[in-house]
Amino acid sequence: MENIVERFLGGDRRALARVISRIENETPEGREYLREIYPRSGRAHTVGITGSAGAGKSTLTGALAAELRRREKTVGIIGVDPSSPFTHGAILGDRIRMQDLALDPGVFVRSMAGRGALGGLAPAINDVVATVEAFGFDYVLVETVGAGQDEVEIAGTTMTTVLVNNPGTGDDIQAMKAGILEIADVLVVNKADHPGADTLVSQLQGLLNLSPKDMRRPAIVKTVSTRGEGMDELIDAVADHRNYLETEGLLEGHRAKNARHQVLSIARAILLQRIQASTPDEQLDELVRRVGQRELDPHSAAEELANIVSG
Amino acid sequence: MTAPARTKIRVLIAKPGLDGHDRGAKVVARALRDAGCEVIYTGIRQTPEMIAEAALQEDVDVVGLSILSGAHLELFPRVVEELKKRDVDDVLLFCGGIIPDDDTKQLEDLGFQAVFRPGTDTREIVQFVYDNARVS
Ligand SMILES: Nc1nc2c(ncn2[C@@H]2O[C@H](COP(=O)(O)OP(=O)(O)OP(=O)(O)O)[C@@H](O)[C@H]2O)c(=O)[nH]1
Ligand SMILES: [Mg+2]
Repeated sequence: MENIVERFLGGDRRALARVISRIENETPEGREYLREIYPRSGRAHTVGITGSAGAGKSTLTGALAAELRRREKTVGIIGVDPSSPFTHGAILGDRIRMQDLALDPGVFVRSMAGRGALGGLAPAINDVVATVEAFGFDYVLVETVGAGQDEVEIAGTTMTTVLVNNPGTGDDIQAMKAGILEIADVLVVNKADHPGADTLVSQLQGLLNLSPKDMRRPAIVKTVSTRGEGMDELIDAVADHRNYLETEGLLEGHRAKNARHQVLSIARAILLQRIQASTPDEQLDELVRRVGQRELDPHSAAEELANIVSG
Repeated sequence: MTAPARTKIRVLIAKPGLDGHDRGAKVVARALRDAGCEVIYTGIRQTPEMIAEAALQEDVDVVGLSILSGAHLELFPRVVEELKKRDVDDVLLFCGGIIPDDDTKQLEDLGFQAVFRPGTDTREIVQFVYDNARVS
């Protein structure tokens, strides 16, 4: 394989697919590729699509992408499904709902496993989003299953966050409990062909009325993704959010905030790795044993570990 | 202490053709997931073009085709051709389903390294994948 980055930059989709793998696997080559292509990222409108399992996120992502294609926009899609915490394997099935886009040269769909110890978001998600962006798509849609924390995390990865709800599931109450509503830039009531859609819309409006006055009020959009209904309104709402960030001069701040979060969490991982690499297993076992026996408190033990690299 | 290896075997399980029974394909997908693979499952009624395009975009190491309709000698060569067209020439190919013994040779010549028939122990399929996948 000759220079893969050159092929990537020349628009070769196989090169894109291979570069994603290297970056996802966190190989040294992957790091090198990311360094070369990173300056080209940051130009797409990145949209996170999150919500509970089975809410219709993939169907909605497919329908949204189809409407964007009608408007002659190119679309990269990343579908994240959880890995099994036991076997670390995964079944990635988001493509099933995106068949209509399968052969469209303006669309690229990549499935990604969570690979996180807690079944959360893939550690390399930011890098993969940047890679797909750098390839030159107008939009990058990122589907993730929300389990509270992941929804908040995806909001730190993308420019606009769409939270998908369903009528009659009590999702709204859950959302309020978890404080998830705050991260939503657009609220979707999907499966609006089911009973209770209007009730859910007014419940969501009620909840939004309780939010602080200075917070931007997210749009609420009703959709029937299986029939492509509501996609025009959804695209408008997503575009409105970007316009809002731009006209209020918030885009830079939004990017800086995400970048800070990313840099700090990578630094944290590097430090942890260094600590683990420079601590013999016996030493760690001994420390942990002492904490277990209540001879030492966990904070002092952790400090002792940290001092090994910084001291 | 070393960092855990992040690389995973990525497998595409696809059903070409018109038959709508994907129980077998799902059983294989789950067995591979339980063995630690990342399995992309695309559902029923896939055209050869769709299968090859999914293999490309997902950068899989392995493609497994499942078929019950009897159209394998018509469809599988087209899948192989579509993969070649896209330069996806380094994947491990296997297939399963209702496939007469007489057709094995022809499928092997096409590049399928194993043909599994109904009733195969999924452990055999998992073993085959782990023994032969070229993880890129
Ligand atoms: N009636 C109705 N069904 C829908 C709608 N949108 C999606 N569905 C159905 O809901 C089911 C789940 O859809 P998916 O798109 O796979 O949902 P998902 O949120 O991506 O699911 P996971 O990725 O597994 O969490 C499928 O059977 C869809 O056909 C809708 O607007 N109306
Ligand atoms: Mg999905």
